Amino acid sequence: MAAHLSSGRVNLTALREAGRRELRQFLDKCAGSKAIVWDEYLTGPFGLIAQYSLLKEHEVEKMVTLKPGRLPQADVKNVIFFVRPKLELMDIITDNVLREDRGRSPQRDFHILFVPRRSLLCEQWLKEQGVLGSFIHREQYSLDLIPVDGDLLSMESESAFKECYLESDQTSLYHAAKGLMTLQALYGTIPQIFGKGECARHVANMMIRMKREFPGSQNSIFPVFDTLLLLDRNVDLLTPLATQLTYEGLIDEIYGIQNTSEDFFDNLTVEQEFMSGIDTDKANNYIEDCIAQKHPLIKILRLVCLQSVCNSGLKQKVLDHYKREILQTYGYEHILTLNNLEKAGLLKLQTSGRNNYPTIRKTLRLWMDDVNEQNPNDISYVYSGYAPLSVRLAQLLARPGWRSIEEVLKMLPGPHFEERQQLPTGLQKKRQHGENRVTLVFFLGGVTYAEIAALRFLSQMEDGGTEYVIATTKLINGTSWIKSLMEKLEPAPF
Amino acid sequence: MDCYTANWNPLGEDAFYRKFELYTMEWNLKEDLRECLVAAAPYGGPIALLKNNARKEKSPSARPLLEIYSASGLLLASIPWKSGQLVQLGWTASEDLLCIQKDGTVLIYNLFCEFKRHFSMGNEVLQNHVLEAKVFHTEYGTGVAILTGAHRFSLATNIDDLKLRRMPEVPGLQKPPSCWAVLSQDRVTIVLLAVGQDLYLLDNTSCSVVTPPGMSPSAGAYLQMAVSFNYRCLALFTDTGYIWMGLATLKEKLCEFNSSVRSLPKQMVWCMRPWSRQPAVVVAWDRQLMVVGNSTECIQYKRLTIEVLLDRLVLRRLYPLAIRICEYLRLSEIQGVSRILAHWACYKVQQKDKSDEEVAHAINQKLGDTPGISYSEIAARAYDCGRTELAIKLLEYEPRSGEQVPLLLKMKRSKLALSKAIESGDTDLVYTVVLHLKNELNRGTFFMTLQNQPVALSLYRQFCKHQERETLKDLYNQDDNHQELGNFHVHSSYSEKRIEGRVGALQNAVDEYYKAKNEFAAKATEDQIKLLRLQRHFQEDFDKPYLDLSLHDTVSNLILDGHHKRAEQLYREFKIPDKRYWWLKISALANRGDWEEMEKFSKSKKSPIGYLPFVEISVKHHNRYEAKKYAPRVTPEQRVKAFVLVGDLDQAADAAIEHKNETEMNFVLSKCTASTDAAVAEKLNRARAQLLKK
Repeated sequence: MAAHLSSGRVNLTALREAGRRELRQFLDKCAGSKAIVWDEYLTGPFGLIAQYSLLKEHEVEKMVTLKPGRLPQADVKNVIFFVRPKLELMDIITDNVLREDRGRSPQRDFHILFVPRRSLLCEQWLKEQGVLGSFIHREQYSLDLIPVDGDLLSMESESAFKECYLESDQTSLYHAAKGLMTLQALYGTIPQIFGKGECARHVANMMIRMKREFPGSQNSIFPVFDTLLLLDRNVDLLTPLATQLTYEGLIDEIYGIQNTSEDFFDNLTVEQEFMSGIDTDKANNYIEDCIAQKHPLIKILRLVCLQSVCNSGLKQKVLDHYKREILQTYGYEHILTLNNLEKAGLLKLQTSGRNNYPTIRKTLRLWMDDVNEQNPNDISYVYSGYAPLSVRLAQLLARPGWRSIEEVLKMLPGPHFEERQQLPTGLQKKRQHGENRVTLVFFLGGVTYAEIAALRFLSQMEDGGTEYVIATTKLINGTSWIKSLMEKLEPAPF
Repeated sequence: MDCYTANWNPLGEDAFYRKFELYTMEWNLKEDLRECLVAAAPYGGPIALLKNNARKEKSPSARPLLEIYSASGLLLASIPWKSGQLVQLGWTASEDLLCIQKDGTVLIYNLFCEFKRHFSMGNEVLQNHVLEAKVFHTEYGTGVAILTGAHRFSLATNIDDLKLRRMPEVPGLQKPPSCWAVLSQDRVTIVLLAVGQDLYLLDNTSCSVVTPPGMSPSAGAYLQMAVSFNYRCLALFTDTGYIWMGLATLKEKLCEFNSSVRSLPKQMVWCMRPWSRQPAVVVAWDRQLMVVGNSTECIQYKRLTIEVLLDRLVLRRLYPLAIRICEYLRLSEIQGVSRILAHWACYKVQQKDKSDEEVAHAINQKLGDTPGISYSEIAARAYDCGRTELAIKLLEYEPRSGEQVPLLLKMKRSKLALSKAIESGDTDLVYTVVLHLKNELNRGTFFMTLQNQPVALSLYRQFCKHQERETLKDLYNQDDNHQELGNFHVHSSYSEKRIEGRVGALQNAVDEYYKAKNEFAAKATEDQIKLLRLQRHFQEDFDKPYLDLSLHDTVSNLILDGHHKRAEQLYREFKIPDKRYWWLKISALANRGDWEEMEKFSKSKKSPIGYLPFVEISVKHHNRYEAKKYAPRVTPEQRVKAFVLVGDLDQAADAAIEHKNETEMNFVLSKCTASTDAAVAEKLNRARAQLLKK
């Protein structure tokens, strides 16, 4: 199972091993048989680190899902809660503990494992409920970046984008910075940091601060990564909205969606028209027809947002028209979802009266008319003509450097920056002739399979000179992404 | 020869002992040690004495006196004892003195009789009082075990991470056990106790009766027990003079012995016989001493490590000597000098004669940013000594803002704590401070504080979303954020259980949206209210569920149920665009199978969506007959597609030929079957050939 992790340029097995070691150490602290009570959200990420057999070897006899009420009557010595540090979950745990039968014999010991970080707030909360003393071990398991593939790390944090852009909650960014510190402890200090976007700036600031907080801890590992590129998802809102046309991307897209082939083709045509800049400034017939026939709402939202992004926002009349059509057809409750999309910048009013997208498209060569899908020579093959903006930024950073695109960078949201982390002379790289550089691209707010494919394509290019490792808060596609931004309003039955 | 053995006395048959004086105790005690509480720290550490403890009179002169001596009897410090009645003294592994009071309070002093802190052994102990107490040491640290007046045991395994455990009850126990001991096995602390001829083992969850292997059945009742320093061996003494020695796990007997002394020994301890390096038990009565041992077990005692030695020097405030030893031994900074400097700084902050500036400066001068130094720990010590200002100054040198926060909160510098928490980027810390502020400040001031800290404000909003939604409204109100207030009301309208409630909340939303100058949202919400009211009527009039359907579905359902007038009314009132209305209506009519109405509708005026949708929808409902009616009305560009859909390949071919469009011709050809459509195919092939000729 570990083979796929060691296949890449950077051996990510070490990261997973470190994760497993930490888990084993914790389990051994709670001597005797155990039951694990899972925060359901965590089962996925844990599955990527350890199989059930590892837990079983450490006397885990039962696993249950965290829910209010009485805990199952498992005859074990220890009950361990594996949870994210969230107050809602603390309330459930409190309920569990208070309902535990005090007369039962033998009594069970309670422990909490916070993932990825122990929380003062939660412990305070438990203390106020009077149950903090019930827990013998309260520890943290810093599961930040989980290796998913030989060149791919994910934080498996579904709501990161929503939290950062809708709620101004930068918790996931703090975890990202911590994860990068762990990564540097294992793979050496990354000498160059580039970034674009507010979140990227924040993560870089935290990394620099965290490094300063431990002046004595001189990292003596030879650096594996040459460069870290931090990219905000909102620098490139376009890419995830488009339908991915790589094999993996396509499977990801159509999984669970039943589209007739004809409709799929029409949909694609409209997407491609928008991306190449055709008729983006007026209400689109196809979108209107889809609404009239009540096609799935997410499909409509994807298309409308795509049009908005490709036009640097929609004219008031067009925007209001779409919004009205959507509310009348799918229900007025979606007014909050529309508001969320506006807050995230996916749907907006063209304020400046100017459409910057054509300039960006031309300068970054986002639209390529002559795509060779059989023998691709450019990353635009992953969207049949459209080259993902995010990946273009990575490509241009490697060669010839961002200085050549200063103007366009200014049009994209958030600051762009460069930081250097000093290395002791002994650790500075002397590159062999022909040796590739290794860049870690961190997508803050999610990455699509097609973007991964594009970066892998760049890694494999013979004269590319750079190999890429990808990190992200979560693997996304347009549908899952839009879904995460939707407001779930269930009317109370009258 | 004689002189070597002259002072050795025989002990049993093959052992000898001798007495010689190592050094004289410097102290000049008037009291009998028997009347004092005494505790000697392990490894030749200090000795604590509490004098006058037994006296009951309350006159100040007769107050008990706590004295601490070095191992050689030099007085280190003394204080009059003003707290509650003491039951037991004991030393921690780090040479702190534990004073256990009758009410279960444990006070901690350092070896200079300076008070450090106190903790309680819990309510049960407070109520029933301490009968006996023992201080014990395990790999987890120093622990305290209490036997209460109710004959229950309570213990804390590590006083630095206090977790009180009340041990299970011993069934039928009416009087105190004759003897008991604390054992540590497999990282679990347990209590072994003897009541008459029975031995009980108490672990966290149960009480079980145990019998040592190879125990003589006629041994009698247990009087005394002793556990070796490392918890491996156990010795039991009974009222028949019988001694059992074995492993503390009670799985193996090492040896037994009949002493033929039946009285209770004054002391029984494990020791190492120097010549055989074998463990043995020393039993002492008033005028008799006995060493018992016969085993192959070899036990290594822990030696004093260099770290412990350094700690001891530091505790005795011999900092320069400790640093010189570190330098001599070339210990790493973190292991050696940093630790000593930190201790020095903690001592320095207690010097009351120097100003805060002087002390802070002196500490920073000496410590700089030496790796491994925690300024927050030194600051905490300064605060413990009542020097808040000094603590704040010291915290300024702490590079880890996360470390500054808890202490700042403790010192009630919450606003400073808030900015430090935000600096750290750790949202958990920010949350912690915010909730702290919430409890500390009045609501107005709290909100004002948040106003200036957007990061904290957004996190608090998230907290309110989950925990107290109503506060959210107040927050938005304070900001005059009418857009969010509107959203808030929309959101709450969905938890209303009555339609009037829903409408009321939505009306609030409308007002807020207007204030926010969001005309679109205001109008849309007004429409929503209008729709809700209409739906209520429909629901009553037609006795069918209409509430909470979208406008589209409402109109669609009206048509399905044949209420065409009402549908028309909604179409007009809500200004549904023609195109969408036509799509909606023909879909609904087809669903209803009302082809007559559909045909009528198609002729009502020119279709804004053309006639291909009519064809498509009829075909979708498997009604080719109806579909054929609309095919000729389709625009020329769509005609080929329409005729193919209705299965009229001949007309499709004609249209394609008329368009002179090769793609269309090929499309129709691909639908032709050789057996039935030969003529059509031929016509098409001919036309295509002609087209290609040109």
